[in-house]
Amino acid sequence: MIVQPVLVVAAALFSLGIYGILVRRNAVMVLLSIELILNSVNINFIMFDTMLADTLMQGQIFTIFIITIAAAEVGIGLAIVLMLFRNRQTANINEFDLMKW
Amino acid sequence: MEIFEIVTYFVLLALLSTAIRVVTTSNVIHAAISLVFTLALTAILFLMLSTEFVALVLVLVYIGAVIVLFLFGIMITRAPLGKNAELDNDKNKKLGAAIAGSIFLLFSYILINGFDGDVTITSGSSTELLGEILLSRFVFPFELVSFVLLAALIGGITLARKDEALIDEDQV
Repeated sequence: MIVQPVLVVAAALFSLGIYGILVRRNAVMVLLSIELILNSVNINFIMFDTMLADTLMQGQIFTIFIITIAAAEVGIGLAIVLMLFRNRQTANINEFDLMKW
Repeated sequence: MEIFEIVTYFVLLALLSTAIRVVTTSNVIHAAISLVFTLALTAILFLMLSTEFVALVLVLVYIGAVIVLFLFGIMITRAPLGKNAELDNDKNKKLGAAIAGSIFLLFSYILINGFDGDVTITSGSSTELLGEILLSRFVFPFELVSFVLLAALIGGITLARKDEALIDEDQV
């Protein structure tokens, strides 16, 4: 398998995630875009792990850690969104301007 | 080998198109479902790179648990189901596209110039070895991550539940 197309697709996924974070208005959609970014990082890790044929398999191990942390992050993030929704009756991030001056 | 290349490019193209759909669709449920397809195609890519354990973890944790959480979040925050023109912030669209495009160009320039080569895919399972490494050399981060999960569990419950004491104070 050729390395470069996979890496370029991973970079594209990363930039699509950035685009989603900047453009989306719903907080849950922003969290979805963050998942895209983490996924692109996972693809990079696995690709380099296979490419370098590391005997310690650090790419795969880091990917497993990233997946775990991402699951924790989604749980906390959705809890925060839920609390904001309960207080403000909306999940649109441009209406959360309490700390803006 | 020829068929393998064709399948790889097909998977990569499908990955790209579903990822574009995640960030551009105006329907929240469609975005979540597209993310399912993106993650499934990523798992297929991992399988093709002979890292089958990570692929299975991805399917179990992401598609099995995280997407369900997202669907719960969408339902609970009463995001308007169906098409919703308000989902995107149109003011930010041009700026977001410019930033994302420049990041993509920079990254792909660096990656194409920096890395080249052909990966030979070895057959056979590496899961046993992965488990041994994870529980010997990386056992401290492994335990640390379990602690992080516990903290996230407690934090999530504390954040999301209604605070009984506060409600009582309001009633008094």
